[in-house]
Amino acid sequence: MRKWRDVLRRSRQALAAEVSATLVDRVDAEAFERLEEALILADLGAPATAEVVGRLEAEVEEGRLDGGEAVRGRLAELLAEMAGTDESRAIDLSGRPSVVMVVGVNGTGKTTTIGKLAWHLRSERGLSVLVAAADTYRAAAIEQLETWAERSEVEIVRGESGGDAGAVVFDAIGAAEARGTDVVIADTAGRLHTHGNLMEELTKVRRVAARRLSGAPHETLLVIDATTGQNGLRQARAFADAVDVSGVVLTKLDGTAKGGIAVAIGRELGIPVKLIGTGEGVEDLQEFDPQAFATALVGA
Amino acid sequence: MFDQLSDRLQATLSDVRGRGKLTESDVDAAMREIRLALLEADVNFKVVKSFTAQVKERCLGAGVLESLDPGQQVVKIVNEELAGLMGGSSREIAFAPTGTTVILMAGLQGSGKTTACAKLATLLAKDGKKIALAACDLQRPAAVEQLVKLGERAGATVYEQGTGRDPVDVAEWAVGQAKAQSRDVLIVDTAGRLHVDDELMAELARIKKRTKPHDVLLAVDAMTGQDAVNVAEQFAEHAEFDGVVMTKLDGDARGGAALSVKAVTGKPILYASTGEKLEQLERFHPERMASRILGMGDVLSLIEKAEEVSDRDQTAELERKIRKQQFTLEDFLQQMRQVRKMGPLQSVMGMMPGMGKAMKELRSANMDERELDRLEAIILSMTPAERARPDLIDGSRRKRIARGSGTTVQAVNQLVKQFGQMKTLMSQLAKGRMPDPQQLMRGMR
Repeated sequence: MRKWRDVLRRSRQALAAEVSATLVDRVDAEAFERLEEALILADLGAPATAEVVGRLEAEVEEGRLDGGEAVRGRLAELLAEMAGTDESRAIDLSGRPSVVMVVGVNGTGKTTTIGKLAWHLRSERGLSVLVAAADTYRAAAIEQLETWAERSEVEIVRGESGGDAGAVVFDAIGAAEARGTDVVIADTAGRLHTHGNLMEELTKVRRVAARRLSGAPHETLLVIDATTGQNGLRQARAFADAVDVSGVVLTKLDGTAKGGIAVAIGRELGIPVKLIGTGEGVEDLQEFDPQAFATALVGA
Repeated sequence: MFDQLSDRLQATLSDVRGRGKLTESDVDAAMREIRLALLEADVNFKVVKSFTAQVKERCLGAGVLESLDPGQQVVKIVNEELAGLMGGSSREIAFAPTGTTVILMAGLQGSGKTTACAKLATLLAKDGKKIALAACDLQRPAAVEQLVKLGERAGATVYEQGTGRDPVDVAEWAVGQAKAQSRDVLIVDTAGRLHVDDELMAELARIKKRTKPHDVLLAVDAMTGQDAVNVAEQFAEHAEFDGVVMTKLDGDARGGAALSVKAVTGKPILYASTGEKLEQLERFHPERMASRILGMGDVLSLIEKAEEVSDRDQTAELERKIRKQQFTLEDFLQQMRQVRKMGPLQSVMGMMPGMGKAMKELRSANMDERELDRLEAIILSMTPAERARPDLIDGSRRKRIARGSGTTVQAVNQLVKQFGQMKTLMSQLAKGRMPDPQQLMRGMR
């Protein structure tokens, strides 16, 4: 897994420049205004930004923070706290097989993430993996996952295009049990959380998994694009209502978006970011480290 | 129309009416609310700053009109400024006077380019044009297959050469094919690419050079946050795009990215993609986007949809019935079916201003397509006489209806009772009074 800092280099440079310029010698009202701007530009959202800046201002006032560097360090701490939450960040692999369901709105990078995760689990952790092509809706989605299965050298269970997504998951779990496979990762069709019937379908797919194997799905990962703005919060809420999301995968962090929405999601919903995506290659997936994430953002 | 922002502004400006004029401090207070609303909508921070400064000028000294409360007036000004900013240069595709028009589609990964290409093909084919698509996304697994399948659905020829060649060469080849086969339009799909990926941005510039497109479109996801300006600026610099397609507008993202992109690049937004079906692409309407960004819902779209679906005579007759309280369960059944034809209940409701809160209640009450199915089943199990006069429905009839619709006597009772309440509400509506959306929802539960 590639190093953190290299990958977030662009984001870090951008925000660090802003933050450094902010936190020069004097920690004054103007500086806090610029800090506020920087956090908004990072997609933290107004509420989380207000909380962070408010706390920093208070601590400076109380004399608990002295000077630019102290504020910077404390900022990183606060961001990490919000983004990290107390929940465990490891992927739950306790099941036999472990079932991981991957959900999210259209275009966030679900299938690519599955390809990378499958590769990581197989080649770096020595586990056997099976992917389930339960996106039976989108044109050539099954073919897309087949290509990834080939790249990552894992097995795939598929059905008919246009078929029942739940049935594919059902069959995949059955196949994994029969073959003694360690992990099943189920792809699902991208869907906007505003489409009630599609969200219901997702709930149904989850129910099918749960009925087929007690405790499944052991992990439900919501894939969020790092460029997403405040709508990411609504997405997270809606998906959490429908399928009980256990973790977030924050993708496309190799761009210039800071992914601050992950902090907002952690703060409001307590859902931890577990993984981050940093490119289209099979190795471009890393465990989320909130401290490193926040530190790299702030350039401390 | 009631909406959150207008209400919030009204609270802020509550003593203005007495004074008759908006002072600077009034306007500053109002601008704080506007800034918050725009940031919530993901408009870029810097764009928000310059925009509110601009709007402040207009608001200062604006007299308070009798007919609008100050809050509504500020919103009206902001709405107009927003619409003006995003509109103006909206236009159609720049078609070539003769020969093949080439359109190039670019954007970040996952922005909806491929779907947009197929939708544009569908839209342009309506005018009888012969459309072709070029599969030049050779990066994403099965992207070529995806475009081939979509092309079939859209009735467009798809030119592809697998994934082995350089996409720049494939693009050039496709243009040659389109011309040789006298296609009116060729839409070139490209791989998603990061605006900071120098190599891929250079490749895009090369594709543009070799294909000489008449229009280069940037696909922008409506849920994009603050980063939209960076993306737009880089694509403007390296690919010099001509127009924008906003995608995934069927979600509930407010879409501030639209304003950011327009403000920073000056390029017009040409199309809005409003669903996953190929027909769901429309010309961009700046006024609707302005209302949406401000959190005011998409009233115009709703009205248009309603008009599409209903027959004018039917509507007039219905209005008469409602006014005279002659509206029956049969009429209700027809109306419900029409509303359902407009689209999933959630998205239709989402378009009405002030429905945000009501929507939450709706969701918690589980009033969705399934619920409507049940209501429909109950009404269908009634005889025409019962539908016309629900007071006829006694105990034994209720049991029969419950059995026939696979529901319960309680459900039948509830429908009849709710219907009575609805009739009252609807006659209020017909008399020109806008009922409180909350009440309307309660009546329907």
